[in-house]
Amino acid sequence: MSYHADERGYYGEFGGAYIPEMLYPNCEELRQNYLRIMAEPSFQEEFHQLLKDYVGRPTPLYFAKRLSEKYNTKIYLKREDLCHTGAHKVNNTIGQILMAKKLGKNRIIAETGAGQHGVATATVCALMGIKCVVYMGEIDIARQAPNVARMKMLGAEVRPALSGSRTLKDATNEAIRDWINNPVDTHYIIGSVVGPHPYPDMVARFQSVISEEVKSQLLEKEGRKNPDYVVACVGGGSNAAGAFYHYLDEAEVGIIAVEAAGKGIHSGESAATSALGKVGIIHGSKTLLMQTADGQITEPYSISAGLDYPGVGPLHAHLYVSGRGEFISITDDEAMKAGLGLCELEGIIPAIESSHALAIFEDRKFKEDDVVVVNLSGRGDKDLQNYIDYFGL
Amino acid sequence: MNRIKQKLQEDKKILSIYFTAGYPKLDDTVKIIQDLEKNGVDLIEIGLPFSDPLADGPTIQESSTIALKNGMHTELLFEQLKDIRETVSIPLIIMGYFNPIFQYGVEAFCQKCKDIGIDGLILPDLPLDVYQEEYETIFKKYGLINVFLITPQTGEARIRAIDKASDGFIYMVSSASTTGAKSGFGAEQTQYFDRVAAMELNNPQIVGFGISNAETFDQATKNTKGAIIGSAFIKHLTQNGVDHISDFVNQIR
Repeated sequence: MSYHADERGYYGEFGGAYIPEMLYPNCEELRQNYLRIMAEPSFQEEFHQLLKDYVGRPTPLYFAKRLSEKYNTKIYLKREDLCHTGAHKVNNTIGQILMAKKLGKNRIIAETGAGQHGVATATVCALMGIKCVVYMGEIDIARQAPNVARMKMLGAEVRPALSGSRTLKDATNEAIRDWINNPVDTHYIIGSVVGPHPYPDMVARFQSVISEEVKSQLLEKEGRKNPDYVVACVGGGSNAAGAFYHYLDEAEVGIIAVEAAGKGIHSGESAATSALGKVGIIHGSKTLLMQTADGQITEPYSISAGLDYPGVGPLHAHLYVSGRGEFISITDDEAMKAGLGLCELEGIIPAIESSHALAIFEDRKFKEDDVVVVNLSGRGDKDLQNYIDYFGL
Repeated sequence: MNRIKQKLQEDKKILSIYFTAGYPKLDDTVKIIQDLEKNGVDLIEIGLPFSDPLADGPTIQESSTIALKNGMHTELLFEQLKDIRETVSIPLIIMGYFNPIFQYGVEAFCQKCKDIGIDGLILPDLPLDVYQEEYETIFKKYGLINVFLITPQTGEARIRAIDKASDGFIYMVSSASTTGAKSGFGAEQTQYFDRVAAMELNNPQIVGFGISNAETFDQATKNTKGAIIGSAFIKHLTQNGVDHISDFVNQIR
C-alpha cells in the first residue's frame, strides 16, 4: 500500500482537488510545476541554505534523559521548537515563498488560526520583500494579540475573517476567496497538509526535512536510522506529516498521531477528527471532517489553537483508515499537565500543541528499550497566557 | 424533454434568478419560486445553504448562515418542494456545494430531485473529472443536467472539454471573483464574452456574477443566451421581504 499522494493527489480514497472552476487555473499551474521546481538544483540549494542559515537547521534530536526515566523508555525530542519563529511552520513557508518566486507571483496570502503560520508567512515575505496579506478569524485576532502584533511588525496586513464562526476554518475560506478574486499575481501559502492537490503533498515534502534529519541523527546516537515509534500531534497535520514522511514505508516504525480531545471526545467540545469525523469535502479535499448529519461543517474545540481544525489532512485520514497510524486523543487537561511536566523535567516550555504528543506516555506504555521520537513541533512562549490562566501562575 | 433544454430553445434572452432556500424566512421557498415564475423569470436556481460557501461573497454567505440558523436542511428543502410541480412549470435548478449532497448520498439526492421535478444541478466544487468518473451516469439516470462553470482564466482546451461534458448550458462566470464582489462590466469582460462567443460552442452560455440591473443584464446578454442574478436579488429580499418580488424582476426587463 502506498502512503504517498498519487498523480491526482489521492491517498487511498482521500485527497483530490474539489475546487470551484475559479480555482482550477491556479491549482493546475501549481500541480504542473511543483515537482519540477522542487527538483531544480537552484531551488534545492536556496531552500537548504535558508533552512540552515536562517531557520537554524538541523534542529537537534535531543535525548530526554529525565523524561525517559520517568516513563521507563527511551524518548528523543526532535526540537522543532528551536526553529526561527518558534515552530516547524517556517520549513513550509520558506519552501513556498521560493516556489511563489519561481512562479513569478508578487503577492502572498495565508490563513492563520493561532497566528504561528501567519507569523512564519509574514517572516518569509519580509525576507523576500513580497507583499503579504494574512487572514485571521476575528475571534482569533482578539485572543492572539501578540502574534497579530508580530505579523504587523513584519509588514503583513492582517485581515479579519468576519464570516461563519470567525476562526481558522473561516480564515481559510477567506483566503481561498481572495485567491479566487486575485488569480494571476497571488500565491496562497497554505499552512498545513490540507486543501486541494497539490498542497497536501507539497507541504508534506517541505516538512519532510524533519524525518530526513531524524534518520541521520538517530543513526549517530543509536546506531540505527529507524526508531520504534514516531509521535506527533495532528491538527491539520503538517508537523506530523514531516515527522512521519520518511518512515511511512518503513513497516517496523510505529506511527502515532495525537489529536486534541478538548474537554473529552464526546463532550461536544473536541477536535478529535479521526474519532468524530466522517468522509466529506473541506477546503477542496476529500478527507475525514467533523460535520452534522446534513453535511454542514461543525466548529471544533481545543485549548490549543493549532489543533482546532474540523478536518485532518488526507494523508492522515488514509493513515487512520488503513490502520498504518495509531491514533490517540488527549484532553486539554492531559496536555496542560504534560506541558508543565516537560518544563519541570527537561527545562523546555513546549507549545500546547506539542504537549498533546507528550501526554501519551501516561497511558500508552512502551518497552524499556523502545526508541520513541516525539516531534516537539513548537515552543510555548505563545501559550504563556494559557499556561498562566490554567495553572494560576 | 428536460425543461431547461426546452427553455433554451426559445428565441429570447434567459433571465435566471438565484435565491437561498430558507432565507429570509424558513418557509419562503415556495412563495419565492411562484412569484418569480409569475413575473416572467425564465429559470430559477434554488440555493441549498452550506456552512462554508467558498465561491460566494458576503451577501450569499450571510443569507446561507441565516438560512441554516432558520433551520434549513436538505430533507426539509425536499419536503417544501414536494408539490412544487402542481403550481409551477419553470425550470428549476438546485445550486449547492458538494458536501451536503455527498452526505445525503448522491444517488438518493438525484432520485429525490427527479421525484420532485428538479431539472438540473450546479455544484461549483464538484470538479469535471470527478463528475465524469463517478457521478455522470447517476445524474443522467435521473434526467438531471449538470451545469459547469467557466471563468475568464479558463483555457480554450478546458472550455472545449467542459462544452463536451455539458448538456444544457455553460455558466459563464463574468470575472475573477466571488459572487456579488463586482458590479458592471468593462472592456475585459466584453472581450471575454466575445472570445467565448467566437468559439461557437455546442452549449449556450449564461453569464453570472456582476449582474444586478437592466444595464448589466443587457451588457451580459448581448452575445450570450442569458444572465443570472443572485446577490442583487438576495439584497432585495433582505430589504423588502418576499412581497415585492415583481418590483425587482420588472426593473431588470
